[in-house]
Amino acid sequence: MDNTMKLEFLSKSANEGFARAAVAAFISQLDPTLEELADIKTAVSEAVTNAIVHGYGHSAGKITLSCTLTEEKKAVITVEDAGRGIEDISSAVQPLYTKSDDSERSGMGFTVMETFMDSMEVRSHPGAGTTIILTKQITGGSDAC
Amino acid sequence: MQVKLKKNQNILIVTLQGELDHHEAEKIRDGIEYAVTNGHMKHLIFDFSGLSFMDSSGIGMVIGRYKLIQSLGGRVALICNGRMRRLVEMSGLARLVAVCESLDDACQAVKEG
Repeated sequence: MDNTMKLEFLSKSANEGFARAAVAAFISQLDPTLEELADIKTAVSEAVTNAIVHGYGHSAGKITLSCTLTEEKKAVITVEDAGRGIEDISSAVQPLYTKSDDSERSGMGFTVMETFMDSMEVRSHPGAGTTIILTKQITGGSDAC
Repeated sequence: MQVKLKKNQNILIVTLQGELDHHEAEKIRDGIEYAVTNGHMKHLIFDFSGLSFMDSSGIGMVIGRYKLIQSLGGRVALICNGRMRRLVEMSGLARLVAVCESLDDACQAVKEG
């Protein structure tokens, strides 16, 4: 039977680390390799940061993080916000594209998610929030001893 | 995340340990800029070898400080570990900053260019 969890938290940047730790803890039951765990944590960090910075900007909102572990050892992770949404998804996922006025944003978030995960799906409409669905097959096998 | 700032002549060395994400990058970037401008530093070395985690916000932070250092006529070097090498390569950061294995290499890179 699949195992699933769902978390809801405010769009505060202090919660980025919490989101990573929560997903890592949940996925650990599949005995991922260190590299698989690092890849998933990085992708989740990018998705959550996008929701905070781009989805909600300077306003507060809820982010929903859920994860399903299938019997086939696949992790399906969803990061959902009810923020401003994306007008042009195909442009937004292009490498180095960023709508941010902040010069600190590298525009790499979607590229990192696509590269580090097996699949990435973005569902969004302007004014109607954004949902990112990431999947990764866990091959398992601990790196320890 | 722990941050250590150290001066070596006109090189500011920023050593980070822990996890570098958007939240942590926001906290430390002004402090680094202050240390560069008020300390009259010309070059900047980021030592990320002790980081246990980094996402693209770390790349953004380096790029942001590169712009400041470039305006001062200086150079930036980055010491990274195996964990983040993939991210650094994806970003093309090596086109802007010297990516080094050690502090000695980084000091040499910023001095000699």
